[in-house]
Amino acid sequence: MKVMEHLTEEQLIEHYYRDDEDRVTVEGHLTVCTSCQESYQSLAHMLEAVSDSPVPERGEGYGREVYARLLPKLEMQKPAPAGFDWRSWFRMPALATAGALASLLLVAFLAGRLLPRSNTPAPTANTAQIRERVLLVAVGDHLDRSQMVLLELSNAPDAGARNDLVDISSEQKWARDLVPDNRLYRQTATEVGETGMASVLEELERLLLDVANRPSKISESEFRALRKRIEDKGILFKVRVIGSEVREREERPPVSSADRGKL
Amino acid sequence: MAGTVAVAQARAGEPDTFRLLVEQHSRALFRLAYRMTGNEQDAEDVVQETLLRAHRHMGSFEERSSMATWLHRIATNCALDLLRQRQRHDKGRESEDPEGHPIVERLAGHEPAQDRLFFNVQVKKRNESAMARLTPTERTAFVLRHFEGRGLDEIAPALGLRVGAVKNTIFRAVAKLRRELEGLA
Repeated sequence: MKVMEHLTEEQLIEHYYRDDEDRVTVEGHLTVCTSCQESYQSLAHMLEAVSDSPVPERGEGYGREVYARLLPKLEMQKPAPAGFDWRSWFRMPALATAGALASLLLVAFLAGRLLPRSNTPAPTANTAQIRERVLLVAVGDHLDRSQMVLLELSNAPDAGARNDLVDISSEQKWARDLVPDNRLYRQTATEVGETGMASVLEELERLLLDVANRPSKISESEFRALRKRIEDKGILFKVRVIGSEVREREERPPVSSADRGKL
Repeated sequence: MAGTVAVAQARAGEPDTFRLLVEQHSRALFRLAYRMTGNEQDAEDVVQETLLRAHRHMGSFEERSSMATWLHRIATNCALDLLRQRQRHDKGRESEDPEGHPIVERLAGHEPAQDRLFFNVQVKKRNESAMARLTPTERTAFVLRHFEGRGLDEIAPALGLRVGAVKNTIFRAVAKLRRELEGLA
């Protein structure tokens, strides 16, 4: 049997990052060669020490701060859409524009099947497909996040015998963030006749608002009532059902404009 | 997936959804940028420049790839540009250590650490100094492989190198770090 020479530093580095092609041989060598074992441990130790370098923490609101700083620059730098500029059709007062455009995205998805076939050229079809995907993922993510808030509330420990107040501040913050998006999705679902989805979103919105508008610390009895409300309405189940339906649609491959009616 | 959303929406001229994209990815971008630049203010600049470039170049995003990957790629380029600029700027400047001793020797001259905090501060300083000695390409390759867990085949196109060259770059980076940090802990 051929005796393997000591491993080179390169081999040790490859092994550490699992980039080695003959991993089994290297591992085998490391189990029998003390010298290589020591070199490997020393390397691993050094790299772990490098990993320990901390990165300055950025809080939950960091993204918002970044966006606020970016906004004036974004205003000067509008992206050029690859295809048709839909925005030119829907010029409206600045404050209404953001919400209205988001609604249009939702309408494009939810009402896609209702739209008549057209002789729209390929680039427009691509844009529509992108928008469908956008909406599916956006709604899916929103429902996932909502579900997590509901789960947090349902599974949170109560104050118990000590009769302390229950702190719901983190769930509350989450709920506040979700309300505007939920409103937008609900309004659009209503507009395009997706009554089932609109109804669930409406229930969800009432619940989110309820959570958002309470004090951050509530009594044990209030907390139990809140949990009971979630359970009685079966809202968690409903959100889960429409969430999985949206995810199913999301998984399907993109369809052509002609096939969209089959969604 | 969420990345696809943000880019596609922003591509369609949707400011509110670009906001979501920014909110979702800024922290991860900051971490990458900080690892690459080693400086908080530079990292902030990289995050901002990355998002501006992303906004400007929505048309070049391919829905097949993930949004996070796409943004990280842009951030890598921004940070690399900054590191190269900094390198040009620093070229010819004297080493901070007038006698040019390696960092290990300089630290070895300090009083022995009296407590863990002092020790940790020294480790951090040494890490930063060691990372600062890497070239921009070495640092980028190392950060992407070590901290971001990116595969060689992902790093190669980001740096415009072949996979073999990326491997060698990482070898050089690790060897340099090892020299600088020998005896650590």
